[in-house]
Amino acid sequence: MSEPLLDVRNLSVTFHTARGPVQAVKNVSWSINKGEVLAILGESGSGKSVSASAVMDLIDCPPGEITSGEIYYRGKDLLTMDRLERRHINGKKIAMIFQDPLSHLNPVYKVGWQIEETMVIHGTARAEARTATIALLDRVGIPEPAQAAQKYPHQFSGGQRQRLMIAMALALRPDVLIADEPTTALDVTVQAQILALLEELQRETGMALLIITHDLGVVAEIADRVVVMNAGEIVEQGTAAEVYANPQHAYTKRLIGAAPGKGAIHDNPLGTEPVLRLENVSKNYAAFQALKGVDLVLHEGETLAIVGESGSGKSTTARLLLQLEAASGGRAIYQGRDLFTLSPKELYKMRRDIQMVFQDPTQSLNPRMTVYQLISEAWQIHPDILPRAQWRDRVALLLEQVGLTAEHMHRHPHQFSGGQRQRIAIARALALEPRIIVCDEAVSALDVQVQAQVIELLDRLKDEFGLSYIFIAHDLPVVRDFADRVVVMQAGRIVEQGTTRQIFEAPREAYTQGLLAASLDPDPQIQARRREARLAQETV
Amino acid sequence: MQKFLARRAVSSAISLVLLVIAVFFLSRLTGDPTDLYLPVDASAEARENFRQIHGLNDPLYVQFGHYMLDLVQLDFGDSIRRARPALEVVTEAFVWTLQLAAITMVGVTFAAIVLGSLAAFRVGGLFDRVATFFSLIGASAPDFWIAIVAIVVFAVGFGWLPTSGTGTVWHWILPVSVLFIRPFGLILQVVRGSMITALSSAYVKTARAKGVAPRATIFVHALRNAMLPVITVIGDQAAGMLNGAVVVETIFGFPGVGKLMIDSILQRDFAVVLASIMVTAFAIFLMNILIDLAYGALDPRIRY
Repeated sequence: MSEPLLDVRNLSVTFHTARGPVQAVKNVSWSINKGEVLAILGESGSGKSVSASAVMDLIDCPPGEITSGEIYYRGKDLLTMDRLERRHINGKKIAMIFQDPLSHLNPVYKVGWQIEETMVIHGTARAEARTATIALLDRVGIPEPAQAAQKYPHQFSGGQRQRLMIAMALALRPDVLIADEPTTALDVTVQAQILALLEELQRETGMALLIITHDLGVVAEIADRVVVMNAGEIVEQGTAAEVYANPQHAYTKRLIGAAPGKGAIHDNPLGTEPVLRLENVSKNYAAFQALKGVDLVLHEGETLAIVGESGSGKSTTARLLLQLEAASGGRAIYQGRDLFTLSPKELYKMRRDIQMVFQDPTQSLNPRMTVYQLISEAWQIHPDILPRAQWRDRVALLLEQVGLTAEHMHRHPHQFSGGQRQRIAIARALALEPRIIVCDEAVSALDVQVQAQVIELLDRLKDEFGLSYIFIAHDLPVVRDFADRVVVMQAGRIVEQGTTRQIFEAPREAYTQGLLAASLDPDPQIQARRREARLAQETV
Repeated sequence: MQKFLARRAVSSAISLVLLVIAVFFLSRLTGDPTDLYLPVDASAEARENFRQIHGLNDPLYVQFGHYMLDLVQLDFGDSIRRARPALEVVTEAFVWTLQLAAITMVGVTFAAIVLGSLAAFRVGGLFDRVATFFSLIGASAPDFWIAIVAIVVFAVGFGWLPTSGTGTVWHWILPVSVLFIRPFGLILQVVRGSMITALSSAYVKTARAKGVAPRATIFVHALRNAMLPVITVIGDQAAGMLNGAVVVETIFGFPGVGKLMIDSILQRDFAVVLASIMVTAFAIFLMNILIDLAYGALDPRIRY
């Protein structure tokens, strides 16, 4: 076999931090050939992005230090090249796109200019670059490319922004495209479009595509080969199908085992006692109608999932329920009363019954407060729940119930991992002995293994505390494993609702079918079959 | 946009009227100009006459009414001291101040942005440390002290530069340099801080991945994003200078509006005090508008 296009050998990178050196990757070796799609799979902190950053010369030294290894591109070691030579390769021969296209595009320059820049700095004449930019925008599927080039990044949607990034990266037809979590921030249907676009462009140009991801589904959909990383080391590599069907390393086995969407669907007998009923609820922001008449019922002891893409109104529904915002119309009946018309005093009493767990525990927990303060604050606000003398014991009990220990009480949020922080947030919600907990994307920011643990915890607590959940999520496999009933929302309306089995096995509405079809299965074989079906549909 | 300007103009006009009212009555508290302008042994008749001419005989609210009526016709009254229209006196002085402020601020802005950006590029490097050290000293040194030391050293000691006045280019060097130091230190610190944030941002990472050279990364990609807080401070500092660099102008005998204001207060030359305040307030209003427009020009997400 001829030598690989890009070849990383024995790469080790250390970051010198205030708390001493941290080895980010240890002796990592991988290579990629022309026309190949390689995925680097790993959870947060696994070091999956570090080697790509080293390829792109994006590691700041200090604090970073490349302690060993070589990176060969077409037989030349990038690490021994001078800066200027590497700059000629960056963007021209090896290009990169990133997870969050909004923050990775410069907000103050027109997108056309930013795409042209890639070409201009590598020697293309400005006028030629301008024409090429419009062709590129057209190629990546941006409507009205000439006008679009004159707009700024904030004037595009998330999916379009990632298309812009792709156009920028592909401007000079690079040999290698590195995509770092390119679809993580996007809705499932948009994710499917972007992956399809990447694949198409890869076939068209014959470039090598390196995808860095935490998502087995993305690997199954697009990758030829996969490198699995854990704690800075490669634990396993092989073809995507091989690794999924026959994982060798214990870590890979755990990772695949934790992938959501493979468990048993809940077939609990449906609760019949409604706890909460929304009737024709609407919400307008100026002229924009975020919710257009939503009716739904939450039953006693039930997990009701609300799914939909961004802008569907699922989070708005949650905010109205918690009265974080006022509804524009409709009623929310709880214990025979309309939540939307309660007096401030009645509202204060009601608040303890409906609690919320937010998406990002790093932001929803005050970093200056200890865990004890965070949890006991609820009793300060609602003093009739618990006499002060019992606070300490109850905090300890709550922490144990969510899988932490009493000793964690005096620590601050930053001393915990993401999953532990979400447990603290759950304990805080439980402190008020609520009847309903609204989980707004509560597990979306967590790694799959942690996600599985938190879901299990929520499931257990539901029975222990007699709770009902409203579970807002965009991730369908998680919903499939956890919910009893599902409500599908689109553009402020409910398009379909039913039991989890009905929605996942026999969706009636085209929108729901589209969502399910776009959601990725971790099994490469299933994913390959779906692609065939999709391609067949396209050719018809 | 027009709506924004109109709203701004109305709110500024209201504050200006309130300011005029406050200054009008407060300045009267400094005493009767008659005591200052006529000899101690002037006759009662002469005093009466002086008061009559300058309209100081009427009750305060009548005087105020007259003043406001004249003001609407853009008549700012006459300087008692100089026996000329107050507005003329103030405009003359203001042009000097404007020149001084413009020269200083252009220099400060340019130097602080370039040096601050370079300091931010290698945080903790030698250049950064030196720049930070001197900018902190500059930002914290009192300008009256620097002014006097500068006179002692460069004018008296070496005899290189004149101590005061405005005749030649040489006359400008000391006042401009002394005025330069503090805003330079301050703005450099703001540029540095803002640039550190901008240089660690995601879009700078994109630029590096595209192969953009370091200089363009700093001055094209990061700088424009880092400019918003910087412009706020530049505006603030420039406003201070337009208000008259009172201390520096006084020490260097520079005929600007700051010196004029101090002199007229001491001379109980009420019309000049009021006119200077209104002229500088108007200039500051215009400058704030310019700064708001600059925000919009720099950042397409800001629209009025």
